[in-house]
Amino acid sequence: MPFSLMQKKPGVVMVGVDGQLIVGNRQELKQKVLDALDGGTNKFVIDFTRTGYIDSSGLGVLVSLSKKIREQGGDLRLAGLNDDLQTLFELTKLDTLFSIAKTPEEALAAFSP
Amino acid sequence: MTTPLSLHVRPCSPGGEVEFELLLDVPSDLRYVGPAVELIAERCRHGALSPRRIEFNLRTALAEALANAIAYGNRQDPSRVVRVRVEAGRAWLRIHVTDDGGGFDPAVVPDPTLPGRLEREDGRGLFVLRSLVDHVTFNEKGNSVCLTLRAG
Repeated sequence: MPFSLMQKKPGVVMVGVDGQLIVGNRQELKQKVLDALDGGTNKFVIDFTRTGYIDSSGLGVLVSLSKKIREQGGDLRLAGLNDDLQTLFELTKLDTLFSIAKTPEEALAAFSP
Repeated sequence: MTTPLSLHVRPCSPGGEVEFELLLDVPSDLRYVGPAVELIAERCRHGALSPRRIEFNLRTALAEALANAIAYGNRQDPSRVVRVRVEAGRAWLRIHVTDDGGGFDPAVVPDPTLPGRLEREDGRGLFVLRSLVDHVTFNEKGNSVCLTLRAG
């Protein structure tokens, strides 16, 4: 499965993206995160350490999830982007929209206990 | 997804500008984008481009071009296919992606990085495509895009 959700500390779920986040699978990620949001979790870290590439549909789903999560008083943080993915976020100026941490541990630590 | 993807490899005459061509028909279903990209990237791994450019630039740009052709060009009509032709030269790779749609004018697509558009879910495809390859051209009708990636 390309997406794994794991509760890493109370109220915070880490989402791992294995392989790619693209037009063909973005809906699956969206549904999994929305289900967790419905279940009461509103803090998320998306870990891209094991991600090869993200297309514009994948970027779009992150934008829409972030908006929904913020509307419910939560936050979505990104982590583990390699240099190419970091450049993609900078080119599209989406680095101004998201909190991006170097590692998933740093992103997790940024959420207060 | 029931139709298997079949990649056709066509060797070209020795000493010519193009070393080989790849031909692939992709059904107009967005679930084929990932497998089609992997099939072509795999065959390009021993060519002109560095592994990093194959893994990121080629895969992302090809996914964008295929998604646009399937969703906007062929409107996900199962009776239509998107045709991909890759020309592999010694110092470059050219990828042609053609759909059966009426085409569009790439000049009128708005900049997705403008403040009012930044929080929109869609509209970044062409921008991402242009950012990741060395050259992008469309045919006059606007239903065929050619992406050029130079060696390196």
